[in-house]
Formats: sequence, structure tokens, C-alpha cells
Amino acid sequence: MWQYIFRRFGYMLFTLFVISIISFVVIQLPPGDYVDTLVNQMASESSGVSAEVEEQMRALYGLDQPVYVQYFKWVRNIVTRGEFGYSFVYRTDAREIIMDRLPMSFALALGAFLIVQLTSIPIGIYSAIKQYSIADYGFTFLGFVGRAIPNFLLALVLLYLSFRYFGRAMVGLFSEEFVDAPWSIARVMDLMRHLWIPAIIIGLDRGAGQIRTMRANLLDELNKPYVDTARAKGLSERRLLWKYPVRHAANPIISTIGWALPEFISGEAIVSIVLNLPTGGPIFLAALFAQDMFVAAGFILMFSVLTVIGTFISDVLLVWLDPRVRLQ
Amino acid sequence: MAQKQVIQQPGLPLSDPTQPSTTVDLEIASQWKLMWWKFRKHKLAMAGGIVVLLYYFVAILAEFFAPSLPTTYIDQYVFAPPQRLQFFQDGRFDPFVYGYGFERDPVSFKKTWLVDEETVIPVGLFVRGDEYTMYGLITSDLHFIGPEEKGQPFYLLGSDKSGRDIFSRIIYSSRVSLTVGLVGVAISLTLGILMGGLSGLVGGWVDNVIQRLIELLMSIPNLPIWLALAAVVPIDWPALRVYFMTTLILAVIGQYSWTYMARVVRSRFLSLREEDFVLAAMLDGCSTWRLIFKHMVPSFLSHIIASVTLAIPGMIIAETALSFLGLGLRPPVVSWGVMLQDSQKVGLIATSPWLLYPGLAVFIVVLALNFFGDGIRDAADPYH
Repeated sequence: MWQYIFRRFGYMLFTLFVISIISFVVIQLPPGDYVDTLVNQMASESSGVSAEVEEQMRALYGLDQPVYVQYFKWVRNIVTRGEFGYSFVYRTDAREIIMDRLPMSFALALGAFLIVQLTSIPIGIYSAIKQYSIADYGFTFLGFVGRAIPNFLLALVLLYLSFRYFGRAMVGLFSEEFVDAPWSIARVMDLMRHLWIPAIIIGLDRGAGQIRTMRANLLDELNKPYVDTARAKGLSERRLLWKYPVRHAANPIISTIGWALPEFISGEAIVSIVLNLPTGGPIFLAALFAQDMFVAAGFILMFSVLTVIGTFISDVLLVWLDPRVRLQ
Repeated sequence: MAQKQVIQQPGLPLSDPTQPSTTVDLEIASQWKLMWWKFRKHKLAMAGGIVVLLYYFVAILAEFFAPSLPTTYIDQYVFAPPQRLQFFQDGRFDPFVYGYGFERDPVSFKKTWLVDEETVIPVGLFVRGDEYTMYGLITSDLHFIGPEEKGQPFYLLGSDKSGRDIFSRIIYSSRVSLTVGLVGVAISLTLGILMGGLSGLVGGWVDNVIQRLIELLMSIPNLPIWLALAAVVPIDWPALRVYFMTTLILAVIGQYSWTYMARVVRSRFLSLREEDFVLAAMLDGCSTWRLIFKHMVPSFLSHIIASVTLAIPGMIIAETALSFLGLGLRPPVVSWGVMLQDSQKVGLIATSPWLLYPGLAVFIVVLALNFFGDGIRDAADPYH
């Protein structure tokens, strides 16, 4: 078991290494760098920039060095000092921008994740044991709709409805009085009250899929002979259900729970962009458009780190839940 | 429904004596025929399949089905609301739409659209309108539906910021958006069969390396990487190249990329390797090539087709999302995502909600593809 966990940990570190390269290279790929953008901007604002000044600026930002040197410096600064480099657009430390928004991204993704896991499995069970009931049809319908409507589109529709009926966007993360307030218990409570709407938008797709999987798997299980045997031996329906069929049916969902995380982080980014929530998504997109490379690379890295760590935790949990993995 | 009884109780005589031929049919029916019979019973899947076929049919003949060109505009009809198609005039069937009128708020000068019931714009089928050239071959001005007199405002789903017809643009978009799904899945399937087949057949360290690679790609959140890669595509690239690049990005990274296909293919190979008929073929001295393509591939082809059908909607949604964010396809290319870009401005959706109609087009086709794919998957599965 420890060997398994150790191996998983090794994979995680390797994955992080590869992701850090991808993040950095991807940001390096566009022709021209930030100084080019700046020079163009200055040229259009009348004052031209001499080649000498341009070189000085490159040296200042370290853009004159080979890519691999830039990469190692970048990684070293993140690992040893937690510094993500400099934001050219905001003219400040990139860490401030990333760390300002990232916790919100994390809270939203985690909220969506928890809501989906806590609701979809029970709903799937209910749908299966009350097969062909009105509620079952309702959830099946919801399942198909949830799978077919992209989350950003759902966010747009919600935005429209809130404008139509309330005259303004009702889908922020905070009430007005808490938007700029410092953190306090009241502000956290306020966040909780607002979080669930975007969380449901983010999680609907995955949740719908899981309801359907859970329902189908459980129906398969309930038709197996061992269930009849258990019933014949006089086991109560409740015990009969929970003892084996539910566990067995939930296994495919639980064993792939780690793969749900990238989906939630992606969903969080795009839904936040549409709803303009104060999370990482909108800032990340803006950084990509502005070629603010340290901010963009930092976000890709941190989004990925969150998911990779989450996947590792889910792997470890799986060992604890599923004895078959332990024995491997 | 006699067929179903036979499937469930093989060996029993057929209960319905009026159809004696079905038993024979069933025994000699090919795998595909059996699948078709099973699929046909799945009403939602049939409906989904019909909708999907209709979408592709309209997309292929977009020029004919769209009332106007995607670039045609009338500049006084900016953000005009949808017109309601009226079917009866003076008690007989004679479809038409009402013209537009508007008034300005004396204070804010805001334009409010009104329905002008005085003006009647007759609508007909197979009318003459804008001239188009289809696939560089056929030049015509025949349109399936449109105003009988060319140049009249005809906005069944409203108009956009330049006074262009949203309905026509949705039809033209379907050509781009639907093929992104097909081309993307074709690329990911090719890669997936190659890598998954290699992984499942060779095994050993090759399998290990490919599996780690797949796990690695699956643990990266798609959207940030897509966005970053799409942001790299140079602004000055021609539309076609951007289209292929975007499709390639979606086929290489993401939930429905080759990693998904490779996993499907690999698991099939692994389970088939244990089957008796494969062993028999191997003992008979079949070459590996023949073993794969003659014996193994046909037995899991139906599963692959089901997986492909279920991957296409994922691709369509991904392209729409990327283009919507402004990092996928770009104007002048029209796709559903490109059209939805306009609705990013919050104020615009509030006043012109019809800008969201391209989203409805996405929703319907994705729903239909899901039903269709589920039906194929069920039909392909011999154990249910």
C-alpha cells in the first residue's frame, strides 16, 4: 500500500514537472514578447523607443536570455521563494495577482465538486430504486439537459434571466456590502449564500453524467441473483441496498473522481469569465490576450497544481476505500 | 416485436406463426442487422438520429437553406427582434411576416422596435434571393425560404449588431461547427487507435509509457491549456489554417481527445486478447495484421462507433466555448461560438436576448447526438 502511494507521489511530481514545462513553453510560443508589445504601444503614442532602450528593457525583464535559462530561473523562483515573476500589465508582482484570485477559484471549484458528489449519487440511487416514477423521469430529463447544455451557455441564460426579472446581474459571489469588505465570518457566510448558483452551473454537466451512471449501474446490480438470494434470506430492503449493490455501483464513479477535478477547474474558469466573478478565470484570459506571460503561466501552473494534488488525494482515498487497489 | 422475443429466448419456436421467416432472418442476420433492429426500437435514439441527419443535411446545403448570405446586412435593421411567421392571411394559407416600425424614446433616444401590422412581407418557399456559389460549382439564387421580394427584412430569429440575419448565420455556422466535431474526432480516433492498439497489443513498457502519458494529459485542466495554445495561433493566419489548428488542439488535449479513444481501444484489445476465437485464430497461424483487422477490429467496431458519436458533441461544445472566448475561430468565419461572442456583453443580452439563439442550435444538436450515441451504444452491447 505504501509502495502504491509512493509511486503515485512520484507520478505527481513528474506530472508537475511536465506541466511546468508546458505552461512556460506555451506562453513563450507567440512571436514577439512583452517588450515588443510595449514598443508598439509607445510608438503609436508618438514617443518612439530606441533599440538601445529596447535592449535595456529586455535585460531588465530577463527576456534576453535563452528560453531554458528563463525557465529554470522561473521555476527556481517559484519553488524557493514563491515568486511568479513580474506582471507587465499590472506593473506589480505576479504573485499578488495570482494569489489574490486563486483561492476564490479553488473555493468555487471545490464547492461545485462537493455539491455534485453529495447530490448526484443519492439521486442516482433514488432514480434506480424508484425506476419509472415521475421523479425518475424528471431526473432523467435533467440528466440529458444537463449533459447537452454547455456550462457557459447556462451561465449566459441565467445572466439574461436575472436581467430580465431583477434588472441586474444577480450572480456575483458577494452581496454589495461585502464586495470590498475585508474577510470576516459574515463575509464567508455571504460567500456561501452566493456560491451555490455558479457552483451548480459548473457542476451540472458532471452531476448529470454521474446520476445516469449511478442509476444504470445500480439497476444492473439490483437484477443480479445475489440480490434475490439476500432478499430470500430475509434481509431488510435498506440493508440489502446499501450493503453491496450501492457500493458496487458507485465504484466506477469513485475510482474516477480524480478526473473530475480538471473538469471543475476548467468549468470554474469559463463560468467565471461569463459571470465576471472575482476568480482566476477572467484575469487569466485577460493575461493571455495581453501576453502578460508570467501571470498567464503562473495561472496555468497553479490551476494544474490544484488538480494534480487533488488527483493524488483521490488516489490515496481510493486505496483506503477499495481493498483491491491495496492488494495490487 | 417478435424479434425481441427471439433474442431473449434463443432456441424457442417463434410464437407468432404469421411471421415464420423472422427466426430464419434472425439466425442468418449479420451483426449490423441485429444492431439496426435493436437500435430501431430505441425511439429517442431514432429521433436523435433523424435530428442529427437533418442538421448535417442543412449544413451541407447551407447556401440553399439560409434565406440570405451570412454577410448580407441591412443597416437600418440593427438588433431587430425576431419576426413571427404568420401562416394565414384572410383565411387562406399564405405565409407572411409583418414589417418593422420603431419609435425613439424622446429622452434617451433609445430605439424601440414595434411590429408594423400595416406592412405585410409575403414569404414563400423556393424564392429568388441573394446569389451564391455552392462549393465553387453551382451558382444560383434559389433559397428554400425567404421573402418573395428580394431585399425585404426577413429575420425569423432576429438580427445582429450589423443587421445580419441570425437564422441564416446559424445555418452557415452549422457547417463549421458540425465539421469541427467530425474532423476533430477523426484525428483523435486515428491517434487513439494507433496509441491504444499499440498499448493493448504490445503491452510491457510501451503500454506503461503510453498509459502514463494518457494519465498525465488527463490530469491537466483542459480549458486553461486550450486557451493558452489557442492564444499562440497568430492573428494573421488564414481562416482555414486557424480552423485546423483549433481542431487539432481539441483532438490532442481534452476530455474527448485521443486519450479517450485510446483508452476505449486499449480496453477492448485487452479483453479481446483473452477470447477463444482470437486464440483460435492465433493458433491457426494468422498474421498479426490479419488477426487485428479481420478478427479483432470488426468485433469492437460498434463500440468505437458509439464512442465516436458520444465524443462529437464534446468537440462541438469545446469549439463553441473556445470561439466564444475569442480564442478559437474568428470572424469572418461563422461558427456558433463566434456568433455567441456578441452575447459576452452583458447589456446586449438583456436588450437583445435573441443573440443567444446559436446556443439553442448547439443545445439541440448536442442533445440529439447524445440520444443517438446512447442508442448506438446500447445496440452495440450484446449483454443488454
